[in-house]
Amino acid sequence: MVTAVVRARAAVAAVVDPEMPMLTLDDLGVVRGVAVDGAAVTVTITPTYSGCPAVEEMRHDLRASLTEAGFERVEVRTVFSPPWSTDWISEDGRRKLAEAGVAPPDRVGPRATGPVPLTLTAPSTAVRCPHCGAPATEEISRFGPTACTALRRCPACREPFEHMKEM
Amino acid sequence: MSPHAAEEDAANAYQSLSETTAHDDPRWAFGTGVEAASGIDGAAEITSPVPDGVDPADLAAYCRMLGDDALIYSHRLSEWVSNAPELEEEVALANTALDLLGQARVLLARAGHVEGLSGRGRDEDALAYERTDAQFQNVALAELSDDLDFARAVARLLIFSSWRLALLHRLLGSADPVVAAVAGKGVKELAYHRDYAARWTLRLGDGTDESHRRMQAALDTLWPYVGELFRTSDEERRLIGAGVAVDPADTRAEVDAVLDEVLAKATLTRPDRPFIGTIGGRSGRQGVHTEHLGHALAEMQSLARQHPDTTW
Repeated sequence: MVTAVVRARAAVAAVVDPEMPMLTLDDLGVVRGVAVDGAAVTVTITPTYSGCPAVEEMRHDLRASLTEAGFERVEVRTVFSPPWSTDWISEDGRRKLAEAGVAPPDRVGPRATGPVPLTLTAPSTAVRCPHCGAPATEEISRFGPTACTALRRCPACREPFEHMKEM
Repeated sequence: MSPHAAEEDAANAYQSLSETTAHDDPRWAFGTGVEAASGIDGAAEITSPVPDGVDPADLAAYCRMLGDDALIYSHRLSEWVSNAPELEEEVALANTALDLLGQARVLLARAGHVEGLSGRGRDEDALAYERTDAQFQNVALAELSDDLDFARAVARLLIFSSWRLALLHRLLGSADPVVAAVAGKGVKELAYHRDYAARWTLRLGDGTDESHRRMQAALDTLWPYVGELFRTSDEERRLIGAGVAVDPADTRAEVDAVLDEVLAKATLTRPDRPFIGTIGGRSGRQGVHTEHLGHALAEMQSLARQHPDTTW
């Protein structure tokens, strides 16, 4: 029984994010649970964004990986609460993002209570260039090629890069 | 497309595609699989019990209201795809539409589930594609056309996201677990949408004479629809006591403060235009809409209505 759980966890850990394949779903922090009951396994994941189109792909890849690992019945459940935040991305995941040229998100911590403040200028938190390491870079667009990234460029090495937004 | 249709049409280019992937593989039409619907329905919270002391009909109506606002506005935002002034803005507006569509799907799935507890249940697709305009319960602000005026898009997004953020922020503690879960994710998304719109309001309002004129004109056009946002429906009034809903009237001060701050910094004037009013006390929440909703639905529903129950 214990080995089945270990086997299921290993199969889940091997699945990568469809939009950022440098990260596993574990690195991304979307896996909320793996439960094994005989030949059946239930994986619980949480979507990153409400409309994240990659969730279906994740479900499919999880099913394929667990079927490959010998589980006959695979159920992938989604759960919305508590909501995912970029703080769920592991240290390993942050390192892999930077190595792949994507600036990892800053830690945001628990949200303050009270109304959400308006930010009329770009946040002052410095985003380090993942290519040359220059500490100050500038935002090109708040919305990048995927819902979870913004586009930035580095004035030092002049390379554009994606920044995973803090959420 | 059903597997049978594919077999009948050997020349169909999609056939080879569908044959190269597993039957349930949504990859070849990324994110469009009908399986996505079962994904939402299979989500843990959707089938949660109705909170104690709550009339299921009221809860279903409330989920349709919040869901329809998001669905219809998402559709209007998506009209900017291939029409925005710059590629970056197109991506931004499409991403915003996608966030709202995600919120709508969860809320409509919940509405359909709760409706099913006392008879006929519907899935999110039936709610989106098979209702007529009088059965939608969104506010008018969500259904208007931008007429491809970018200033109008910015002004509407500023007003809508400021209001919805204030609503969802108060709904974080809703007694309904689905409403609370949507609020939990939605607050972060809407804060982002609002910041985007506020920054464009500054650029356009405090920009050239032409951009200032057009931004002010956009606000003037939309202002008569702001009053509806703070009206409280009977369903909401009953759900407030049960801790499920919040009173939209209570968001007015917060929304006004945000808009006043942005407009002042953008050198724009808060329009002095009266609320467009109701028809016999009825407006969007009661299914009374402007002529714009019909046009939006005609486009949004045409494919589903021409090919009922189609799968692909």
